[in-house]
Amino acid sequence: MVRAVAVVYAGAIYAFIFLPVLVLVLFSFQGTLFPIPPFNGPSLRWYEAVLNDPRLTSALGNSFVVAVTTSGLATLLGFLAAWGLARFELPGGVLLRGLITLPLTVSYLIIGMGLLVFFNALGVPKSLIAAGVGHVVINLPLCFAIVYSQMGEHQANIERAARDLGAAEWQVLALVTAPMLWPALFASFFLSMTFSWDEFVISFLLTRFDTTLPVEIWNLLRAGLNPKTNAVGSMVFGISIVLAIVFELTAFRRRPQ
Amino acid sequence: MTALLAVERLCHRFGAAKVLNNVALGVEAGSYTVLLGPSGSGKTTLLSILGGFLQPSSGLVTIRGVDCTALPPARRPTATVFQDYALFPHMSVGSNVGFGLRMKGIGRSVRVKQARDMLAVVGLAEAFDKKPHELSGGQRQRVALARALVVEPAVLLLDEPLGALDLKLRRQMQDELKSIQRKVGTAFVHVTHDQEEAMALADHVVVMNHGRIEDQGPPERVYGRPATRFTATFMGESTLIPGHVSGEGRVETPLGHFPATGLAAGTPVRLAIRPEHVRLSSTPDAIAAVVTDVVYQGSFKRVTLAPAAAPEIAVVARLPAESNFRPGQPILVEFVPAGIVILKD
Amino acid sequence: MSLSAVRAGWASITPALAWTLLFFVAPFLVMAVISLHPQEAGGFSAANYTQFFANPSYWRALTNSLEVTLLVTAVSIVLAYPFAWILATLVPERWQRLALMLAVLPFWTSYVVRSYSWLLVLAEKGIVNDTLIRLGLLAEPAQIANTRLATIIGFSHFFVMLLTLTIYANLKQLSPNYRKAAADLGAGPVRAFLHVVLPLTLPGIMVGAFLTFVLAIGDYITPQILGGNNELLMPQLIMMQIGRRGDFPLASALSIILMVVVSIAYVACARWLKIERA
Repeated sequence: MVRAVAVVYAGAIYAFIFLPVLVLVLFSFQGTLFPIPPFNGPSLRWYEAVLNDPRLTSALGNSFVVAVTTSGLATLLGFLAAWGLARFELPGGVLLRGLITLPLTVSYLIIGMGLLVFFNALGVPKSLIAAGVGHVVINLPLCFAIVYSQMGEHQANIERAARDLGAAEWQVLALVTAPMLWPALFASFFLSMTFSWDEFVISFLLTRFDTTLPVEIWNLLRAGLNPKTNAVGSMVFGISIVLAIVFELTAFRRRPQ
Repeated sequence: MTALLAVERLCHRFGAAKVLNNVALGVEAGSYTVLLGPSGSGKTTLLSILGGFLQPSSGLVTIRGVDCTALPPARRPTATVFQDYALFPHMSVGSNVGFGLRMKGIGRSVRVKQARDMLAVVGLAEAFDKKPHELSGGQRQRVALARALVVEPAVLLLDEPLGALDLKLRRQMQDELKSIQRKVGTAFVHVTHDQEEAMALADHVVVMNHGRIEDQGPPERVYGRPATRFTATFMGESTLIPGHVSGEGRVETPLGHFPATGLAAGTPVRLAIRPEHVRLSSTPDAIAAVVTDVVYQGSFKRVTLAPAAAPEIAVVARLPAESNFRPGQPILVEFVPAGIVILKD
Repeated sequence: MSLSAVRAGWASITPALAWTLLFFVAPFLVMAVISLHPQEAGGFSAANYTQFFANPSYWRALTNSLEVTLLVTAVSIVLAYPFAWILATLVPERWQRLALMLAVLPFWTSYVVRSYSWLLVLAEKGIVNDTLIRLGLLAEPAQIANTRLATIIGFSHFFVMLLTLTIYANLKQLSPNYRKAAADLGAGPVRAFLHVVLPLTLPGIMVGAFLTFVLAIGDYITPQILGGNNELLMPQLIMMQIGRRGDFPLASALSIILMVVVSIAYVACARWLKIERA
């Protein structure tokens, strides 16, 4: 009895979760002009249209470059700060920790608005770099929190042992601490990448002509329902899933139990 | 007389693995039973079946003559003390102890009184309003005990109850467990892999290995006259010497012959000798050996010997602390006749 | 602690600190200052803030936002909890990871695309209306897209996935012995759940609820795509100021008001949200 109810309930939730994705992917193969029933297909014409649209392909490249560079920077800064705050008792450490994690509690919209107003006041023009600055702001506290939470006392002892054997601070950091925290660093980088890859509002506010994929999709979307949007959405979904599987197979399999 | 709790022909499988194989066991009212065995011996599985958390593949569990095999935990007269105590962290100690009474629908005032009384029995009367995380490991263990005892089970089941404590506290809690058990008079069934704990606590010790009961009985008997090779080496230490029964009612071994009765000639056997039954000797038929290792243990020395006749057998002896042997030295020993146990191979 | 160690400590946190001060704190201060220089009135005044509380259409955006966000949070918890519970207790152990990964698979669609997909589903000629009409349950298409209901469905879709993850993690963290102990002491499944499992998973629910609240109240895309412009939520109101009117001071003031609302929620949930070191 309980089982039957559970199966029906779980089935309903799965249906709710998958309905929009299935509709999205199905109608990306639509042969006619509108992604609504009835389905005429399958056809690859909209995928062709996406690949032949230089605005979409360049936005895809932009998104990738922004995601990789800002995630690398956020992971590096977050790691250094986590190490400094976990290993040294600095005056006001609790306050500094609070300050670094503060952006986590602020909406992306507000962070984007702040940077827009700030850059505007300084006369800095809109650009991909401006958006990248914003992406580091949102991902830095996340990387910090992930790495900080993984810095345990036993690792401090291993670092002490390295110092005892004559390693300088930068050597301790590069040869002992970073390799030891590899899973946390990888997770930080990967999570940052997915957030940056998917971020819309900051890029929307801070870029103009050369922009990222979510903003370009948004521009496409303003023209109404269009199977081309389905096609590009399905492609992004496919790429993300492949990356997620790679992440699953590398980061989680190697983590010691 | 029928036992309070009886287990008959109990078998259990996890997939293809046989975890319990034809187990039979009786627990008398007011007794302290200890299930002893290495990890993977099936002792915890047996306890889970007694508690109703697992359904056995086959066999019968009766309590007070009533078949309980298929009864859920809530409906059988057992209560369990879990290895991690499983105290509810969001409730006070008093609410934890009163939980079982509350589930029975007993009113608040009665509940509080009984919970207080039971906490007093385990020596924690002052902890009533505290939260579990404010208590030490030993105190949490006593709260878990009180919580299980307050519902007045016929049998109390304890799963490695001292496993989470450090050695000193473990020995202290061991004495306390025994005295609480005497005070309340409930039958306790206690699982452990620590043979010292088993000997200190048990009226009835059950030695398990590979899903079978190897031996059971009073600890003095199980230690003194072990029934199997496993028992002889797992419960305390023994030297095992291979041999066979010869015609004249004696056992021939590489180290000489020893008396044996009631065994057919030709039966392969092993002699089991406890370290304290090996003593220095000067008689003509003493066993000549060479000392290979000496470990000082405070009140005695644990000496390992290689007999000249069969150097591959490492004989372990417990010799006086003041004896002065060094590795490589020759030595003459004999076995105390009363301490020789003959085990069928 | 030696002086050189203190210096190493400071050196390692300086880059992150500088970044946060320069690109988070400073912009925020600039925004605060600009919000006090109204575009129309000029000079230095709190007109943007007084206007917000005086003008019912602005005020309405905040109450709309709060209503939608709280409703989404509640609906998502109510839908996700039983689902997470089923995954954690009724699904066989070795299938759980797969079941969970499937349950959050649509996370990997782009966030803009996710809202767009719901638009496809809920549109006038979309699959829901199409199916209901074919089945004879509807005579003509229902208006679902461009309503508050569509916004709530779109939001709930995302947050049911998110909360399933956090609640599942919470349920798995509980020692199974808690449930066994409750059963052993005479509690049936319902009472074991109410007295033991639910209170112990409350912290996880609170973390999930806070995340839902913060992410939903600041989101522009979902209400803009699915809710349309029939009723405005705070983020839409803010974007409107910079888009159509270029009124940075008013947009700044509205952003600060939104941030204050989120801060109040943060303070309310603060005790559940500590970062602990392993």
